[in-house]
Amino acid sequence: MGLLDKRFENGNVFITSLDNLLNWARLSSLWQMQFGLACCAIEMMAASASNFDIMRFGVIPRATPRQVDVMFVAGTVTLKMASRIRRLYDQMAEPRYVLSMGSCANCGGPYWEHGYHVLKGVDRVIPVDVYVPGCPPRPEALLEGIIKLQEKVRKESLVKKSA
Amino acid sequence: MLTEFGKVLIFLIIGALFVAGGLFAAWLLRPRRPYPGKLAPYECGEEPVGDAWVRFNVRFYVVALIFLIFDVEIAFLFPWALVYRELGLFGFLEMAVFLVILLVGYAYVWVKGDLDWDKPRPEVPRVERPSSIKPEVRQEPEQAPVV
Repeated sequence: MGLLDKRFENGNVFITSLDNLLNWARLSSLWQMQFGLACCAIEMMAASASNFDIMRFGVIPRATPRQVDVMFVAGTVTLKMASRIRRLYDQMAEPRYVLSMGSCANCGGPYWEHGYHVLKGVDRVIPVDVYVPGCPPRPEALLEGIIKLQEKVRKESLVKKSA
Repeated sequence: MLTEFGKVLIFLIIGALFVAGGLFAAWLLRPRRPYPGKLAPYECGEEPVGDAWVRFNVRFYVVALIFLIFDVEIAFLFPWALVYRELGLFGFLEMAVFLVILLVGYAYVWVKGDLDWDKPRPEVPRVERPSSIKPEVRQEPEQAPVV
């Protein structure tokens, strides 16, 4: 808990206004963890390129987890990579979000039954906020996922969650 | 009355306040939930190994110094080459003197052997047999003459 974060039992007009400001600032600059795991990463790169221009949503790829808000798990999460992903997620600064992109990251995808080396869904190691279906998802689908994530960020609050 | 440097001073003060304000707001608003995994050093997702303050071989020092000199030489050469036509003969001679001075330094470094990357030759300690120990001679038991 920070000095203000999750310190309030219920919201009043000051807190909700501050919430709105903070959430607007956070959802308008969702910096992205820069790594791709498989062919979904190609679609992610296409989304970053000028046709789809992911930066108009404030998504900027950064090279270190200390500076990012959201991690796109783009591709097949092998068991070897899973521990790395967990460590990278741990090293991200809060508030942090995870967008699972593509069938492999969602549930194991084509490897769900016989893939001895593939994690059956990245949500087994880190909490996932948004799942983007597709194999691989088109850049438009990724953009929709970002918009869904922005809707989620818009509902964040400094108020402590009721148990 | 505000001088030109007074404006610079105001600019500096506002800049400092801007940074301090940003840090203060972040300190006020950020979630603070530290745990060892989060505080671990970032090494591209790998398990952090050892200390960041490792020791380098002292031979890199000489290489770094020599690199610095010739790096600065190149940095001087580029703008000189750009305006070479305007400088004419004087510019050429000036740069020639500069290059000759550095060339002497280069020759000096070469002769001194600083450009040689001498690999460490591990010295295998040779153990001499101490003179006090006599080589053991196996005594054959005397055999009784066969009758």
